Amino acid sequence: MIAADLAPLAVVLPFLGAAVTFILIRHSRAQRAVSITTLSVTLLIEVVMLLAAPAAGTHAVRLGGWEPPFGIVLVVDQFSALMLVVSSAVSLSVLIYAAGQGMADGDEDGPVSIFHPTYLILVAGVSNAFLTGDLFNLYVGFEILLTASYVLMTLGGTAPRIRAGVTYVVVSVVSSMLFLIAIAMIYGATGTINMADLAVKLETVDPATQLVLHLMLLVAFGIKAAVFPLSFWLPDSYPTAPAPVTAVFAGLLTKVGVYAMVRVETLLFPGDRINSLLMVVALLTMLVGILGALAQSDIKRLLSFTLVSHIGYMVFGLAISTRLGLGAAVYYVAHHITVQTSLFLVTGLIERRGGTANVDRLGGLARLSPLLGILFFLPAMNLAGIPPFSGFLGKLGLIQAGVELGTPLSYVLVAGGVVTSLLTLLVMARVWNRAFWRSPVDAENPDPILLASKADGSSLGTSRHVTEEDTGRFAGKDPVRLLPGSMTGPTIGLVALGLALTVLAGPLFALSDDAAQEMLDRTPYIEAVLGAGADE
Amino acid sequence: MTVNITLIVLMAVFFAAGIYLLLERSLTRVLLGLILMGNGANILILATSGEGGKSPLYVSGTAAEDYTDSLPQALILTAIVITFAVTAFMLGIIYRSWVLGREDDVQDDPEDRRVADQDSYDYEDDADIIADTTEFADEGEPR
Repeated sequence: MIAADLAPLAVVLPFLGAAVTFILIRHSRAQRAVSITTLSVTLLIEVVMLLAAPAAGTHAVRLGGWEPPFGIVLVVDQFSALMLVVSSAVSLSVLIYAAGQGMADGDEDGPVSIFHPTYLILVAGVSNAFLTGDLFNLYVGFEILLTASYVLMTLGGTAPRIRAGVTYVVVSVVSSMLFLIAIAMIYGATGTINMADLAVKLETVDPATQLVLHLMLLVAFGIKAAVFPLSFWLPDSYPTAPAPVTAVFAGLLTKVGVYAMVRVETLLFPGDRINSLLMVVALLTMLVGILGALAQSDIKRLLSFTLVSHIGYMVFGLAISTRLGLGAAVYYVAHHITVQTSLFLVTGLIERRGGTANVDRLGGLARLSPLLGILFFLPAMNLAGIPPFSGFLGKLGLIQAGVELGTPLSYVLVAGGVVTSLLTLLVMARVWNRAFWRSPVDAENPDPILLASKADGSSLGTSRHVTEEDTGRFAGKDPVRLLPGSMTGPTIGLVALGLALTVLAGPLFALSDDAAQEMLDRTPYIEAVLGAGADE
Repeated sequence: MTVNITLIVLMAVFFAAGIYLLLERSLTRVLLGLILMGNGANILILATSGEGGKSPLYVSGTAAEDYTDSLPQALILTAIVITFAVTAFMLGIIYRSWVLGREDDVQDDPEDRRVADQDSYDYEDDADIIADTTEFADEGEPR
């Protein structure tokens, strides 16, 4: 019995939690307790798995006692263990934030009773996708998390959410369909869908057929990961969802696509045949994404574009596909999940305090709430890659890897990476200047809550002073706390986690470097699943 | 591996019709397109199982090659269930879209339009900085 044998619990526990919270659908307090406990226990198990992973190496758990390649296996290596821990930590913070929002005002924007079961199913799907060693089970994992995300995306069923939800659902279903077709073709070509077995057998397939299968999988995962030119659905659909939902989507869902791309590139189709194509795609994703962000005035949309842009960095590392490049990409995924999610959570707080997420209508937030200013500033600078934050370290690793490779295209990519980083800084500075620094009276058409103050001139703590007015969100309602501790608490926690990635950069980079080496070697994975000597 | 030409032709028709419907703006047609494509994918999986054989129940003395490959059928069953769930959900949001706005079309994103229409000149970013000739800004005329 070793720690990695606990892997099935990472999937089963959230499912059990979902079932229990579904039974408790009329008891919101019990629901909250169950879902938070479930995710905490899951996180604890995953941390144990991560700590044991470097010593234990790659380990496969055979579900139902079926011998591979016939049964489904869950594979724990350093990469999947790291992804599990980061994703669970992020989803736990977002859950507490959402529960806090619901407790603070219990209005239509707070989580409705269906939120908790759906959210736990989403987490189960994400864990399953990170762990599985079977291509069809990966499809099932994707479907679990996508179906849960359809529900979360259209929560409340308002007109904008339905509009965005339609785009999202159709695009996701089409990408899943492509994945399913690719699985059918791979099964036709090799007669297996176990990933370790495929790694051995795909090498014997005709190279032209290999290329078709490879590109089919990459297109399917490229849509899910929002890689240019398959990214247009994302900024259209993410911003309309409730703030915590957008936060968890932005953090996790695209990264599951990136994770699947990494597995395809390293395990199933190693070699550098399409690396030039990936480099071009990475460059375009970074630049087009960040240029899109420059044009936006809604912070949620702006962040959705930076999300697309920074997916480009991960594809960058993947395209370099040396140990250094891949290791930096792994570190960057962990960094980006944390930072992007915290930025979306802060945006939720900005929207609550300032009445809108449109920067043109905001102003003076740094004076109204210095805490909010700090909470935005740290992850924003982290995202832009200012030293000494983890965003800088990740980008530095990628740039080193690009220079080390030394081809003309990789130098172009390095330049593109630096330009994107500077443009990200510009985008973040624009938000900072408008929403935080300028005087609230300079804002165009500001929400009443932004200008209101207490009789003695100090800033508001609750919405009590604007409930008497005829118009606005708070009119005629009970006063609510504008920035309740139950919402700022998890945000502070997540921002702190982003900073911890900087402090712990040494061991973490060593871990991701090891993980990259493990993936490039391939034999640990194949031998863990099929037994020693299987790859001969 | 033998190929069943009927299955392949049927799959091609399903995919062609499915993609055609998917490109329509009407949501009901998009949904029909997705259903057809889902069935096309299922037929493709079925086609990969090769020639049919004995049903995959263990009978002693039967060679492994004589059985039908049952794995693709398990995959199809899973895929059918998933398509079913997604179809039900799609019907739900199409109905909701109809209730809300009497619309059965894919809607444009209003924010997209607004961003596309906005002027490239932005007061906050592009306005000239007003030259301040006084030594101490406080003593000048109020702005």
